[in-house]
Amino acid sequence: MTSVPQRLYGIAAAISLVGLGDAIYLTVEHLTGQSVRCTISHGCSEVLSSSYAVVAGVPLAVLGAAAYFSVFSLAILAAFGYRLAGKLLTVLVGIMFLMTLWLTFLQAFVIRHFCQFCLLSALVTLVLTGLVIALWRRMQA
Amino acid sequence: MMKRFLPFIIIGAVLLLAIGLGWMLVRSTESSSETKLPAEARPETSNSNTPSGANPPHVRGEASAPVTLEEFGDFQCPPCGGLYPELKKLEAEFGPRLRVIFRERPLIQAHEHALLAARAAEAAGLQGRFWEMHDQLYEHQKDWSELKEARTVFEDYARLVGLDMERFKRDLDGPAVETRIFLDGARAHALGFDSTPTLMLNNREVPFATLAKPDGLRAAINTALSGTGP
Repeated sequence: MTSVPQRLYGIAAAISLVGLGDAIYLTVEHLTGQSVRCTISHGCSEVLSSSYAVVAGVPLAVLGAAAYFSVFSLAILAAFGYRLAGKLLTVLVGIMFLMTLWLTFLQAFVIRHFCQFCLLSALVTLVLTGLVIALWRRMQA
Repeated sequence: MMKRFLPFIIIGAVLLLAIGLGWMLVRSTESSSETKLPAEARPETSNSNTPSGANPPHVRGEASAPVTLEEFGDFQCPPCGGLYPELKKLEAEFGPRLRVIFRERPLIQAHEHALLAARAAEAAGLQGRFWEMHDQLYEHQKDWSELKEARTVFEDYARLVGLDMERFKRDLDGPAVETRIFLDGARAHALGFDSTPTLMLNNREVPFATLAKPDGLRAAINTALSGTGP
Protein backbone atom coordinates (compact mmCIF):
# COMPACT_ATOMS: atom_id res chain seq x y z
CA MET A 1 0.00 0.00 0.00
CA THR A 2 1.29 3.45 -0.86
CA SER A 3 0.49 6.38 1.39
CA VAL A 4 -0.61 9.79 0.15
CA PRO A 5 2.78 11.47 0.83
CA GLN A 6 4.50 8.64 -1.01
CA ARG A 7 2.26 9.20 -4.00
CA LEU A 8 2.88 12.96 -3.89
CA TYR A 9 6.64 12.38 -3.84
CA GLY A 10 6.22 10.02 -6.79
CA ILE A 11 4.33 12.69 -8.72
CA ALA A 12 7.02 15.25 -7.85
CA ALA A 13 9.70 12.86 -9.15
CA ALA A 14 7.78 12.30 -12.40
CA ILE A 15 7.23 16.03 -12.96
CA SER A 16 10.86 16.84 -12.23
CA LEU A 17 11.76 14.57 -15.16
CA VAL A 18 9.90 16.97 -17.48
CA GLY A 19 12.00 19.80 -16.06
CA LEU A 20 15.16 17.74 -16.42
CA GLY A 21 14.50 16.95 -20.10
CA ASP A 22 13.68 20.61 -20.76
CA ALA A 23 16.83 21.85 -19.01
CA ILE A 24 18.99 19.37 -20.94
CA TYR A 25 17.47 20.60 -24.19
CA LEU A 26 18.17 24.24 -23.20
CA THR A 27 21.74 23.36 -22.21
CA VAL A 28 22.41 21.82 -25.62
CA GLU A 29 20.76 24.78 -27.38
CA HIS A 30 22.88 27.16 -25.33
CA LEU A 31 26.11 25.34 -26.04
CA THR A 32 25.59 24.54 -29.72
CA GLY A 33 24.49 27.74 -31.27
CA GLN A 34 21.34 29.46 -30.03
CA SER A 35 23.64 31.80 -28.17
CA VAL A 36 25.41 32.76 -31.42
CA ARG A 37 22.38 33.68 -33.50
CA CYS A 38 19.01 35.44 -33.54
CA THR A 39 15.99 33.91 -35.24
CA ILE A 40 12.59 35.20 -36.28
CA SER A 41 10.63 32.27 -34.94
CA HIS A 42 11.13 32.40 -31.19
CA GLY A 43 12.69 34.41 -28.43
CA CYS A 44 14.94 31.65 -27.10
CA SER A 45 18.01 33.03 -28.84
CA GLU A 46 17.36 36.45 -27.26
CA VAL A 47 17.01 34.88 -23.84
CA LEU A 48 19.85 32.38 -24.17
CA SER A 49 22.24 34.92 -25.67
CA SER A 50 21.50 37.52 -22.98
CA SER A 51 23.97 38.16 -20.21
CA TYR A 52 21.47 36.70 -17.73
CA ALA A 53 21.77 33.21 -19.24
CA VAL A 54 25.21 32.69 -17.71
CA VAL A 55 26.10 32.87 -14.02
CA ALA A 56 29.82 32.92 -13.20
CA GLY A 57 30.65 31.27 -16.49
CA VAL A 58 28.10 28.48 -16.06
CA PRO A 59 25.04 28.42 -18.33
CA LEU A 60 21.86 28.70 -16.22
CA ALA A 61 20.43 25.75 -18.13
CA VAL A 62 23.18 23.53 -16.67
CA LEU A 63 22.27 24.69 -13.15
CA GLY A 64 18.62 23.98 -14.02
CA ALA A 65 19.42 20.44 -15.13
CA ALA A 66 21.39 19.84 -11.93
CA ALA A 67 18.53 21.25 -9.85
CA TYR A 68 15.88 19.06 -11.51
CA PHE A 69 18.07 15.99 -11.18
CA SER A 70 18.47 16.77 -7.47
CA VAL A 71 14.70 17.21 -7.10
CA PHE A 72 14.17 13.84 -8.75
CA SER A 73 16.72 12.10 -6.51
CA LEU A 74 15.40 13.67 -3.30
CA ALA A 75 11.77 12.92 -4.20
CA ILE A 76 12.60 9.27 -4.90
CA LEU A 77 14.51 8.96 -1.64
CA ALA A 78 11.68 10.67 0.26
CA ALA A 79 9.15 8.32 -1.31
CA PHE A 80 11.23 5.44 0.05
CA GLY A 81 11.06 6.88 3.52
CA TYR A 82 14.20 8.98 3.87
CA ARG A 83 13.01 11.82 6.11
CA LEU A 84 15.98 14.12 5.54
CA ALA A 85 15.47 13.94 1.75
CA GLY A 86 11.96 15.30 2.17
CA LYS A 87 13.24 18.28 4.15
CA LEU A 88 16.02 19.02 1.66
CA LEU A 89 13.48 18.79 -1.15
CA THR A 90 11.35 21.50 0.47
CA VAL A 91 14.35 23.81 0.77
CA LEU A 92 15.56 23.14 -2.81
CA VAL A 93 12.14 23.68 -4.38
CA GLY A 94 11.80 26.88 -2.33
CA ILE A 95 15.04 28.22 -3.81
CA MET A 96 14.00 27.13 -7.32
CA PHE A 97 10.67 28.92 -6.90
CA LEU A 98 12.41 32.21 -6.03
CA MET A 99 14.84 31.75 -8.95
CA THR A 100 11.91 31.12 -11.29
CA LEU A 101 10.19 34.32 -10.16
CA TRP A 102 13.37 36.30 -10.89
CA LEU A 103 13.96 34.67 -14.31
CA THR A 104 10.37 35.16 -15.44
CA PHE A 105 10.59 38.80 -14.34
CA LEU A 106 13.77 39.19 -16.43
CA GLN A 107 12.11 37.72 -19.51
CA ALA A 108 9.03 39.91 -19.15
CA PHE A 109 10.56 43.27 -18.26
CA VAL A 110 14.28 43.30 -19.02
CA ILE A 111 14.97 41.04 -22.01
CA ARG A 112 11.37 41.52 -23.17
CA HIS A 113 11.37 38.19 -24.98
CA PHE A 114 9.91 34.91 -23.80
CA CYS A 115 11.54 31.58 -24.47
CA GLN A 116 8.89 28.88 -24.42
CA PHE A 117 11.29 26.29 -23.03
CA CYS A 118 12.17 28.61 -20.14
CA LEU A 119 8.45 29.09 -19.50
CA LEU A 120 7.93 25.32 -19.43
CA SER A 121 10.62 25.13 -16.75
CA ALA A 122 8.82 27.87 -14.79
CA LEU A 123 5.59 25.86 -14.99
CA VAL A 124 7.30 22.70 -13.75
CA THR A 125 8.79 24.56 -10.79
CA LEU A 126 5.40 26.07 -10.02
CA VAL A 127 3.78 22.63 -9.90
CA LEU A 128 6.62 21.30 -7.76
CA THR A 129 6.11 24.20 -5.37
CA GLY A 130 2.41 23.32 -5.11
CA LEU A 131 3.25 19.68 -4.33
CA VAL A 132 5.81 20.63 -1.70
CA ILE A 133 3.30 22.95 -0.02
CA ALA A 134 0.67 20.17 -0.05
CA LEU A 135 3.18 17.77 1.53
CA TRP A 136 4.22 20.30 4.13
CA ARG A 137 0.62 20.94 5.18
CA ARG A 138 0.07 17.20 5.57
CA MET A 139 3.12 16.99 7.83
CA GLN A 140 1.79 19.88 9.95
CA ALA A 141 -1.64 18.29 10.31
CA MET B 1 17.29 -6.09 0.73
CA MET B 2 16.34 -5.14 -2.82
CA LYS B 3 14.21 -2.33 -1.48
CA ARG B 4 17.21 -0.70 0.16
CA PHE B 5 18.96 -0.29 -3.16
CA LEU B 6 15.94 0.37 -5.37
CA PRO B 7 15.88 4.21 -4.99
CA PHE B 8 19.58 4.42 -5.85
CA ILE B 9 19.11 2.15 -8.86
CA ILE B 10 16.27 4.39 -10.11
CA ILE B 11 18.37 7.54 -9.58
CA GLY B 12 21.34 5.99 -11.37
CA ALA B 13 19.17 4.91 -14.29
CA VAL B 14 17.74 8.42 -14.69
CA LEU B 15 21.24 9.91 -14.56
CA LEU B 16 22.33 7.61 -17.39
CA LEU B 17 19.18 8.44 -19.39
CA ALA B 18 19.82 12.18 -18.90
CA ILE B 19 23.38 11.88 -20.14
CA GLY B 20 22.17 9.79 -23.10
CA LEU B 21 19.53 12.42 -23.99
CA GLY B 22 22.11 15.21 -23.87
CA TRP B 23 24.49 13.26 -26.08
CA MET B 24 21.73 12.50 -28.62
CA LEU B 25 20.68 16.17 -28.79
CA VAL B 26 24.28 17.28 -29.34
CA ARG B 27 24.69 14.69 -32.09
CA SER B 28 21.49 15.75 -33.86
CA THR B 29 22.36 19.47 -33.89
CA GLU B 30 25.87 18.73 -35.13
CA SER B 31 24.73 16.59 -38.02
CA SER B 32 22.06 19.08 -39.09
CA SER B 33 24.25 22.17 -39.06
CA GLU B 34 27.61 20.87 -40.18
CA THR B 35 27.91 18.99 -43.38
CA LYS B 36 30.65 16.42 -43.50
CA LEU B 37 31.88 17.61 -46.90
CA PRO B 38 34.73 20.12 -47.03
CA ALA B 39 33.64 23.61 -48.07
CA GLU B 40 35.06 23.40 -51.60
CA ALA B 41 33.15 20.21 -52.35
CA ARG B 42 29.80 21.74 -51.40
CA PRO B 43 27.72 23.50 -54.06
CA GLU B 44 27.63 27.28 -53.82
CA THR B 45 24.79 28.57 -51.66
CA SER B 46 24.33 31.55 -53.94
CA ASN B 47 24.43 31.35 -57.74
CA SER B 48 23.60 33.55 -60.73
CA ASN B 49 19.86 32.96 -60.24
CA THR B 50 19.92 34.32 -56.68
CA PRO B 51 18.74 37.94 -56.35
CA SER B 52 21.88 40.02 -55.97
CA GLY B 53 20.65 42.31 -53.18
CA ALA B 54 20.97 46.09 -53.04
CA ASN B 55 23.36 47.46 -55.64
CA PRO B 56 26.05 48.59 -55.09
CA PRO B 57 26.53 46.60 -51.89
CA HIS B 58 28.33 47.99 -48.84
CA VAL B 59 31.86 46.68 -49.19
CA ARG B 60 34.90 47.04 -46.97
CA GLY B 61 38.23 45.85 -48.39
CA GLU B 62 39.85 45.33 -51.78
CA ALA B 63 37.87 44.17 -54.81
CA SER B 64 40.74 41.78 -55.64
CA ALA B 65 40.59 40.02 -52.24
CA PRO B 66 40.52 36.22 -52.65
CA VAL B 67 38.09 35.83 -49.75
CA THR B 68 34.75 37.62 -49.51
CA LEU B 69 32.63 37.40 -46.38
CA GLU B 70 29.03 38.49 -46.85
CA GLU B 71 27.25 39.18 -43.56
CA PHE B 72 23.46 39.23 -43.27
CA GLY B 73 23.08 41.21 -40.09
CA ASP B 74 20.57 42.76 -37.73
CA PHE B 75 21.95 45.71 -35.75
CA GLN B 76 19.82 44.81 -32.72
CA CYS B 77 20.75 41.12 -32.60
CA PRO B 78 23.18 40.55 -29.70
CA PRO B 79 25.21 37.83 -31.47
CA CYS B 80 25.66 40.21 -34.45
CA GLY B 81 26.99 42.78 -32.00
CA GLY B 82 29.32 40.09 -30.66
CA LEU B 83 30.54 39.20 -34.14
CA TYR B 84 31.37 42.85 -34.94
CA PRO B 85 34.66 43.11 -32.98
CA GLU B 86 35.63 39.63 -34.19
CA LEU B 87 35.21 40.68 -37.81
CA LYS B 88 37.21 43.86 -37.18
CA LYS B 89 40.04 41.75 -35.81
CA LEU B 90 39.93 39.39 -38.80
CA GLU B 91 39.90 42.32 -41.24
CA ALA B 92 43.01 43.77 -39.60
CA GLU B 93 44.67 40.38 -39.59
CA PHE B 94 43.99 39.33 -43.19
CA GLY B 95 44.33 42.85 -44.67
CA PRO B 96 43.94 42.92 -48.47
CA ARG B 97 43.09 39.21 -48.61
CA LEU B 98 39.68 39.70 -46.97
CA ARG B 99 36.70 41.68 -48.22
CA VAL B 100 33.54 42.15 -46.16
CA ILE B 101 30.04 42.87 -47.48
CA PHE B 102 27.13 43.85 -45.24
CA ARG B 103 23.52 42.98 -46.08
CA GLU B 104 20.50 44.20 -44.15
CA ARG B 105 18.52 41.40 -42.50
CA PRO B 106 16.52 43.17 -39.77
CA LEU B 107 14.46 40.59 -37.85
CA ILE B 108 11.54 42.93 -37.35
CA GLN B 109 9.40 40.36 -35.51
CA ALA B 110 12.08 39.87 -32.88
CA HIS B 111 13.63 43.34 -32.50
CA GLU B 112 11.61 46.51 -32.28
CA HIS B 113 14.36 48.91 -33.41
CA ALA B 114 16.03 46.64 -35.98
CA LEU B 115 14.27 48.17 -38.97
CA LEU B 116 14.91 51.76 -37.91
CA ALA B 117 18.57 50.89 -37.27
CA ALA B 118 18.84 49.40 -40.77
CA ARG B 119 17.20 52.56 -42.15
CA ALA B 120 19.65 54.75 -40.24
CA ALA B 121 22.64 52.82 -41.62
CA GLU B 122 21.28 52.96 -45.17
CA ALA B 123 20.46 56.67 -44.86
CA ALA B 124 24.06 57.24 -43.81
CA GLY B 125 25.08 55.13 -46.80
CA LEU B 126 23.33 57.58 -49.13
CA GLN B 127 25.84 60.14 -47.86
CA GLY B 128 28.76 57.75 -48.18
CA ARG B 129 29.01 57.04 -44.44
CA PHE B 130 27.43 53.59 -44.18
CA TRP B 131 30.34 51.91 -42.34
CA GLU B 132 30.71 54.79 -39.88
CA MET B 133 27.04 54.42 -38.90
CA HIS B 134 27.31 50.60 -38.94
CA ASP B 135 30.16 50.86 -36.42
CA GLN B 136 28.24 53.28 -34.19
CA LEU B 137 25.16 51.03 -34.16
CA TYR B 138 27.09 47.90 -33.26
CA GLU B 139 29.42 49.55 -30.75
CA HIS B 140 26.54 51.10 -28.84
CA GLN B 141 24.03 48.29 -29.39
CA LYS B 142 23.40 47.80 -25.67
CA ASP B 143 22.73 51.53 -25.18
CA TRP B 144 19.87 51.81 -27.66
CA SER B 145 18.42 48.28 -27.78
CA GLU B 146 16.43 48.63 -24.58
CA LEU B 147 15.18 52.16 -25.20
CA LYS B 148 11.51 52.81 -25.85
CA GLU B 149 12.39 55.17 -28.67
CA ALA B 150 15.63 55.01 -30.65
CA ARG B 151 15.25 57.72 -33.30
CA THR B 152 16.84 60.47 -31.21
CA VAL B 153 19.88 58.32 -30.46
CA PHE B 154 20.29 57.42 -34.14
CA GLU B 155 20.15 61.14 -34.97
CA ASP B 156 22.92 61.71 -32.43
CA TYR B 157 25.04 59.07 -34.18
CA ALA B 158 24.29 60.69 -37.54
CA ARG B 159 25.52 64.02 -36.18
CA LEU B 160 28.59 62.31 -34.74
CA VAL B 161 29.61 60.75 -38.06
CA GLY B 162 29.15 64.14 -39.75
CA LEU B 163 25.99 63.69 -41.81
CA ASP B 164 23.88 66.45 -43.33
CA MET B 165 21.09 66.24 -40.76
CA GLU B 166 18.29 67.66 -42.89
CA ARG B 167 18.98 65.06 -45.54
CA PHE B 168 19.44 62.23 -43.01
CA LYS B 169 16.05 62.90 -41.40
CA ARG B 170 14.39 62.98 -44.82
CA ASP B 171 16.12 59.82 -46.08
CA LEU B 172 15.43 57.86 -42.89
CA ASP B 173 11.78 57.46 -43.90
CA GLY B 174 12.36 57.73 -47.64
CA PRO B 175 11.93 55.22 -50.47
CA ALA B 176 15.63 54.91 -51.43
CA VAL B 177 16.50 53.41 -48.05
CA GLU B 178 13.44 51.20 -48.09
CA THR B 179 14.29 49.81 -51.54
CA ARG B 180 17.82 48.85 -50.48
CA ILE B 181 16.56 47.03 -47.37
CA PHE B 182 13.91 45.28 -49.44
CA LEU B 183 16.47 44.12 -52.04
CA ASP B 184 18.85 42.76 -49.39
CA GLY B 185 15.86 41.06 -47.78
CA ALA B 186 14.89 39.45 -51.09
CA ARG B 187 18.41 38.03 -51.37
CA ALA B 188 18.30 36.70 -47.77
CA HIS B 189 14.86 35.23 -48.39
CA ALA B 190 15.94 33.47 -51.61
CA LEU B 191 18.90 31.98 -49.76
CA GLY B 192 16.64 30.85 -46.90
CA PHE B 193 18.53 32.90 -44.31
CA ASP B 194 16.11 33.51 -41.43
CA SER B 195 18.56 34.02 -38.60
CA THR B 196 21.36 36.47 -37.94
CA PRO B 197 24.25 36.74 -38.25
CA THR B 198 24.39 34.50 -41.31
CA LEU B 199 27.67 34.61 -43.18
CA MET B 200 28.64 33.50 -46.64
CA LEU B 201 32.28 32.85 -47.39
CA ASN B 202 32.91 33.08 -51.14
CA ASN B 203 29.20 32.45 -51.75
CA ARG B 204 28.99 29.43 -49.45
CA GLU B 205 27.02 29.58 -46.23
CA VAL B 206 29.16 29.34 -43.10
CA PRO B 207 27.55 26.73 -40.78
CA PHE B 208 26.48 28.04 -37.37
CA ALA B 209 28.58 25.37 -35.70
CA THR B 210 31.63 27.04 -37.27
CA LEU B 211 30.62 30.42 -35.84
CA ALA B 212 29.97 28.87 -32.45
CA LYS B 213 33.57 27.62 -32.21
CA PRO B 214 36.17 30.11 -31.06
CA ASP B 215 38.42 30.75 -34.06
CA GLY B 216 36.03 28.76 -36.28
CA LEU B 217 35.65 31.64 -38.71
CA ARG B 218 39.40 32.31 -38.83
CA ALA B 219 40.02 28.64 -39.65
CA ALA B 220 37.36 28.76 -42.40
CA ILE B 221 39.03 31.82 -43.96
CA ASN B 222 42.43 30.14 -43.80
CA THR B 223 41.03 27.06 -45.50
CA ALA B 224 39.53 29.19 -48.26
CA LEU B 225 42.84 31.04 -48.70
CA SER B 226 44.84 27.84 -48.96
CA GLY B 227 42.47 26.66 -51.69
CA THR B 228 42.92 29.76 -53.83
CA GLY B 229 46.67 29.57 -54.39
CA PRO B 230 49.75 31.16 -52.79
